[in-house]
Amino acid sequence: MTNLIALTQTGANWLLAVLIIVVVAQLLTVVCLILARYKKLGVVLNAVKNWFVGVGRAIRNFFVKLGKGTARRFREFHERFVDGSVGTKLSHFIMGSGNFYHKQICKGILFLVFQLLFIAFMALSPAINDTPLGGQALVNLVTLGKHDVAGGIDPVTGRPVKIDNSMLMLLFGVVTLGIIAIYIFVWLANIASSYKADLDQRYGGGPTSFKTDLKSMLDTNFHKTMLAPTILGVTVFTILPTLYMILIAFTNYGGDNAVGQVHFNWVGFDNFVEMFTNPNGEIAARFGSVLLWTVIWAFFATFTNYFGGIFLAILINRKGIKGKVIFRTVFIMTIAIPQFISLLAIRNLLATSGPVNGMLMKMGLISEPVNFLGLNPNLPVNENFVKMMIILINMWVGVPYTMLMTSGILMNIPTDLYEAAKVDGAKPLKIFFKITFPYIFFITTPYLISSFIGNVTSFNIIFMLTGGGPTVAGYKAGKTDLLVTWLYKLTIDNNEYSTGAVIGILTFICTSVLTLVTYRRSKSYKEEDTFQ
Amino acid sequence: MRDEIFAKARKQGHMRRNRTIVNIVVYVVLVIFCAIWLYPILWIFLSAFRDQRNADGQFIGSIVSNYWPEGFGIESFRRLFTETLFLRQFGNTLLVAVCSCVLSTLLTLSTAYVMSKIKFKMRKPFMNLAMILGLFPGFMSMVAIYYILKALQLTQSLFALILCYSAGAGMGFYVAKGFFDTVPNALVESAKLDGATQAQIFWKVVLPLSKPIIIYTALLAFTGPWMDFIFARVILGQENEELHTVAVALYQMMYGPKASGDVFTTFAAGCVCVAVPIVTLFLCMQKYYIEGATAGAVKG
Repeated sequence: MTNLIALTQTGANWLLAVLIIVVVAQLLTVVCLILARYKKLGVVLNAVKNWFVGVGRAIRNFFVKLGKGTARRFREFHERFVDGSVGTKLSHFIMGSGNFYHKQICKGILFLVFQLLFIAFMALSPAINDTPLGGQALVNLVTLGKHDVAGGIDPVTGRPVKIDNSMLMLLFGVVTLGIIAIYIFVWLANIASSYKADLDQRYGGGPTSFKTDLKSMLDTNFHKTMLAPTILGVTVFTILPTLYMILIAFTNYGGDNAVGQVHFNWVGFDNFVEMFTNPNGEIAARFGSVLLWTVIWAFFATFTNYFGGIFLAILINRKGIKGKVIFRTVFIMTIAIPQFISLLAIRNLLATSGPVNGMLMKMGLISEPVNFLGLNPNLPVNENFVKMMIILINMWVGVPYTMLMTSGILMNIPTDLYEAAKVDGAKPLKIFFKITFPYIFFITTPYLISSFIGNVTSFNIIFMLTGGGPTVAGYKAGKTDLLVTWLYKLTIDNNEYSTGAVIGILTFICTSVLTLVTYRRSKSYKEEDTFQ
Repeated sequence: MRDEIFAKARKQGHMRRNRTIVNIVVYVVLVIFCAIWLYPILWIFLSAFRDQRNADGQFIGSIVSNYWPEGFGIESFRRLFTETLFLRQFGNTLLVAVCSCVLSTLLTLSTAYVMSKIKFKMRKPFMNLAMILGLFPGFMSMVAIYYILKALQLTQSLFALILCYSAGAGMGFYVAKGFFDTVPNALVESAKLDGATQAQIFWKVVLPLSKPIIIYTALLAFTGPWMDFIFARVILGQENEELHTVAVALYQMMYGPKASGDVFTTFAAGCVCVAVPIVTLFLCMQKYYIEGATAGAVKG
């Protein structure tokens, strides 16, 4: 027993295999628990069939609804045009004219000014950093500029030629499209407002005053006031950048000459095609293994934390255990400590010169330090061992949270269930598997789904512990890189923007497929009122 | 008859003894767990106050192989406050945390309230959209924001960081919505009958009842900037040390381009300075935190 290292290295593969078997067994138990509600296999198969039929029907219904809805909108639009007053008809072309017609001067001016501003914006194409917005930006969005090099005089404008900044052109093109969308929205609002004034004139007490309209923002239209900041924030900081990143995936931006590169072109689906046609490319060569590890990681991370947390919660909440508050406080403390501190602490604790190796060596268990996280390039590394360490460390991070969450649920289990079981003479273990666990599982299904997705896109653990290493020669994605850390490496560290964007889209596809598969299940759970 | 009573008593005694044994096992397991969970934390604490010197009497700042230090002192803290920009970075983080706490809480609560208590036409589509947006990896948009800021030559500023933290906060409305769902609709309806406007109902009826969720949302929003690492690192850039938040600063201290092996104790001292206030805050508010976390589990 002088050299534990060989043992751990070869043992890691076995341990990982055992771990996989244990978790798969646990998962099967869970599946069986669900299936136990259906008595026979035929019923189960029928349920599976119904599920697929249901998905198909849902998709068809969605499109049918969409089509009908659009048709109805157009019909209404036409009817409104025919039925409305002269003002309403005119307001289809000159915004605010309907309001002027009904003497709603303030509103009319607001609409008119908005329209004039929009026309000026589109026609004049104001420029920021030499890149125009407005109408010109739409043209640029299609061409992405044509000047690769600076120099010479442009024959059309008579000004010296500069390199076209495709990045800004793309961005401003998207922004302009957004502004056009806002314009259409306001234009429709303008017609609706004018038609509403018509109806008020015809049936009610006349068109509402501007003051009443303003007041309604705090009453009947309160939801618009409340949602406006959120919608604005999400549009500017989430939707716009995401859209921009998706578009980047269809360009040749980035790569070998990325530093200082400002001009690039559309390449259509080339980046995606390259995935299959260029087997030595970064994506084609590494995507499969990164995806596999991402799925394995998300699976283990979710379920180890889940069952570990339930186990811990049951221990702490056991009847007759004193000092619950103290135990719970210890674990809450570990939740409160920022992840970067605890992860970096563990990383250094396990370093080859760190205390854990020091202790093991002093005890004579190992003769040379164990390369726990594969960070020391001079020592042998076992990939699976590192992966196992990551999952174990993730338990350190995640178990207290699940513990806290399930503690609350445990305390809320109706006590009459337990009492009835005890009267029937059920053993504690049976009570756990028949009452406690199904109850917790039933309640936390949505959490399981969202935490699985959270793990697919989790960043800190891998980045802080291994940085994606051990590295694979010739490629950027290391052996423990997840899709997201790979995305980070490609874009931030290596300027491979279009490749990174492709990875981002693929990550989205993965998470959305997962959600689609589980969503209906969880939704039906949510709608079920009773727990059986 | 007497024998039966004795047998029963003996059986109960058995059960009691069994229970005691199980309890002891549970205690032992719990204590071991606590030890595992406290081991790294205690180590950071010990390292921060470590005063270990080599043969020449020089202070050793790197990782050493002994867990318990040979001596205690505050040299690491002296280094932290005099040789690095830590105080400035601490101030940065505090500023960002306070601002984004106020903004995020307002956004989250208003969105959640509308989703829960006001039935309007676009409600369902809006919730679906929120779910779909949640599926995109958060920092796909982060990477784009970084390049947009760079392309527009906007200086990388704390203001941009505050906006980034708060702007998306409205999308995380699920937990708060779950809370508002539990506020009885009858209350809202009767207030409406009494002639209250929607705004009055929100500010004067529902919000005063919502202290737990307000505290929970504010707590998470406030601690977010102290814990977030990657967003701040990308938005602020790796070079602008005077703008960094504590998380970025401490990471860069250990693994940045200027890192040396001798800064580990300084890093640990920084960690203690960050962790102590945050942990204290959490422990004071733990009642609300637990409530929110449990509700979040159910709502997803």
